[in-house]
Amino acid sequence: MNILSFSLEICLTSILAGFLGALTGLGGGVVIVPVLCLLFKIDLHYAIGASLVSVIATSSGAAAAYVRDGYSSIRIGMFLEVATTLGALLGAYLVAKISADWIGTVFGIVLLYSAWASLHNTGVDPKRTRQDALATRLNLRGSFPVQGGKEDYTAEHVPAGFGIMFIAGTLSGLLGIGSGAVKVLAMDQVMKLPFKVSTTTSNFMIGVTAAASAGVYLSRGYIFPELAMPVMLGVLAGSLAGSRVLVHAPVMTLRWVFTIVIVALGGEMIFNGLTGRL
Amino acid sequence: MPGNDQRLEIAMGRMLQVGVTVAALVVFAGGVLYLSPSGRPIPDYSHFHGAPAAYEHVTAIFAGALRIDSKSIIEFGILLLIATPICRVLFGVVGFTFMKDRLYAAVSAIVLVVLLLSFFTRR
Repeated sequence: MNILSFSLEICLTSILAGFLGALTGLGGGVVIVPVLCLLFKIDLHYAIGASLVSVIATSSGAAAAYVRDGYSSIRIGMFLEVATTLGALLGAYLVAKISADWIGTVFGIVLLYSAWASLHNTGVDPKRTRQDALATRLNLRGSFPVQGGKEDYTAEHVPAGFGIMFIAGTLSGLLGIGSGAVKVLAMDQVMKLPFKVSTTTSNFMIGVTAAASAGVYLSRGYIFPELAMPVMLGVLAGSLAGSRVLVHAPVMTLRWVFTIVIVALGGEMIFNGLTGRL
Repeated sequence: MPGNDQRLEIAMGRMLQVGVTVAALVVFAGGVLYLSPSGRPIPDYSHFHGAPAAYEHVTAIFAGALRIDSKSIIEFGILLLIATPICRVLFGVVGFTFMKDRLYAAVSAIVLVVLLLSFFTRR
């Protein structure tokens, strides 16, 4: 095999991963890393480096559509980015301290959790329970368009949400993924933000969080240009196509099919990690 | 001031869109240059030995891109891509300062410092 067909093969696989990531709402990163490791036998460090780059591209590439809808909240996003970027620095630092087998095992667990969470996304807004003094003082509120006007919301349980965001950032830096599922968990389940606000704000945060580990990745040589190139272009193209199709596709059926693929990938990552094959 | 918030958000969104487009074009151009000569070997990715030093430092990447070295051009595109979300945070610092929202100007500034720390911490 020559370099051209190798790069094309990686690129096509990345298109598929980006497409799948967009349809399931998991993001391209959690799909492409196990595929590069398990199918192409690429070292985990190179795989997460290439994935991290593609995660930044996907997050920025989707921004235009999200801004138009007017659901995301810059203040809540920016405030929580303090936690995710600090976590990302820690995560990127830990990559060099933990063996590839352990990172792969953690990756598999996060993959299984993400698949589970995406199937339980009901899209229903959480019930708000109380006024949160800290959220009011930090101005963690906003409004989003509903039929015939605007609906206001305020965040709750700010310290717990901030803490989970720190963990989301650490996982992002350690695994080279956006960890959107954990970010949505913090905003949707803990901070009781409306569902649409959580998902769109999470998309913006993913790019900034990944940028925080990118500098560390770069200086440690995890970002190999000739590998990152086809992965970044492929995942970006695939996820843009996926988010277009999402509007028309019979989502539940597709989601189930893809979830099975993801569970298989997660299981194999854990197995290979625990048996020391990564 | 919801009107201003929305304007800031739209400006940020547009900046991200432009940034990712330019970065993808640069990476693509570098990729075409990289793949055009035949007979290039496939790098060994099965064991981690780091990327060559020329692709680990910002100044080295700039120098390589000026020499029209294909891999340095790809890495330069990746640097542009990484810079896009950082610019978004910079927009936040400026935008919130303009809106006289001192708290969020400070929050954005903290995020910016953490992002820059990533580039100045040595292994």
